[in-house]
Amino acid sequence: MTDLVKLSDFLVTGDKDNAIATAKALLESGTAPLDIINNGLITGMSRVGELFKEGEMFVPEVMLSAQVMTETVATIKPYIKEGEMVYKGKIVIGTVKGDLHDIGKNLVALMLENNGFEVINLGSDKGPNDFLAAIEKHEPQIIALSALLTTTMPMMSKIIEAVDKEGLRPGVNVIIGGAPVTQDFADKIGANGYSEDATGAVMLCQKLLHP
Amino acid sequence: MLIIGELINSSRKAIRPAMEAYDAKAIQELAIEQAEAGANYIDVNCGTFVDDEEERMAWLVQTVQEVTDLPLSIDTPDTNVLARGLSLCKNGQPFVNSITAEKDRFAATLPLVAQYHAKVVALCMDDNGMPTTKEERVDIATRLINGLTQGGVPLEDIYIDPLVKPISTADQAGRDVLNTITVIKEAFPTVNFICGLSNISFGLPNRKWINRAFMVQTMTAGMNGYILNPTDQVMMAMLYASDALLGNDPFCGRFIAAHRKGLYEDI
Repeated sequence: MTDLVKLSDFLVTGDKDNAIATAKALLESGTAPLDIINNGLITGMSRVGELFKEGEMFVPEVMLSAQVMTETVATIKPYIKEGEMVYKGKIVIGTVKGDLHDIGKNLVALMLENNGFEVINLGSDKGPNDFLAAIEKHEPQIIALSALLTTTMPMMSKIIEAVDKEGLRPGVNVIIGGAPVTQDFADKIGANGYSEDATGAVMLCQKLLHP
Repeated sequence: MLIIGELINSSRKAIRPAMEAYDAKAIQELAIEQAEAGANYIDVNCGTFVDDEEERMAWLVQTVQEVTDLPLSIDTPDTNVLARGLSLCKNGQPFVNSITAEKDRFAATLPLVAQYHAKVVALCMDDNGMPTTKEERVDIATRLINGLTQGGVPLEDIYIDPLVKPISTADQAGRDVLNTITVIKEAFPTVNFICGLSNISFGLPNRKWINRAFMVQTMTAGMNGYILNPTDQVMMAMLYASDALLGNDPFCGRFIAAHRKGLYEDI
């Protein structure tokens, strides 16, 4: 087993000490830092996403793996040369106004971050003005809206209307998700994309920004 | 122990079609089933009908009251819907599910609780959202209790819901609820507590077992109300046993009655 495979295994099992030790050993043996991130950590995190989707892994384990990923990346980062890091894009994410559910949305944020996107997490209960302000401040390529209640889904449509009223598309893509949300609903309200889970959300953002 | 039966709720996939079709018989069967299983209140929620929630609520309240004498718990954040539901309640003291410490919602809901002399679920959240620490929870609960009692609601009619969060995303969430109950009870010994039992296990396998264990633990800490599915036989079996063990069941009467009804057979 190569050290990169070992690293991705340690990520899946949430073994922080061994993950960091393996990353350090890889750096010392001359493996490029980005190679470690792309072929060790991101590979591991994709597997976490798949196992979660299949019901083989559970929420606390995903959170632990994500934490191990963040800490391992922090160990590797000082070795990355300026301009070497591929920047995949910026995403503003939040749960819409009237809705306080943030677990699924936070999982999506974690997965996006761990796949190379910069994520601004607004939290929950955010309306059109919150998103417009965040677009102005952070200049994201994507805003991601989450709703867990059928009663707050119409707010997604209101936010899209506000974004269009300001003429912010096509510069900004709007994607949506959450338990009661469907592709049909996304089409109906004119969203740029929909995903039913966190792994799908990563793929969706890749597709939108790097077709 | 106060049990609110939670099954008549339009966000449950199993019941949604019956509600859409105004299928009174299906709704009434659910009400009867929960009453027979030991519920003290029947919760009614039609929150997914965004356009005509008020009319749906009126229909639900009347439909359920045709077959049971149990009082109802009117479950909606919309005060118009709540007012309509309460105005139709005729089976004794209704339950308002729920009030929060959010300024506007509190101001709009309190007069209805007082007018109908209702019991009330008081959710520990305010305009800053859901609390993350024990201190925040206790602070919000204290404000709720003071505000409600000043508005004329007796302490015995207030049921504090500490707002249970999943242990899968915050592993101290269960412990926090238990500590919250203890601290609030010290300040307000006669206030009541209530909670749902499914949030705690979100994101984990074998959720039923987490839910059941949490029911026993919260009851030990002082929880005396639950919003649950009373037809869950194991849950109810644990509930009566736990209540008797805590000294809340004189001469073990309810536990033995549950035994005679066959609750402990085939489980």
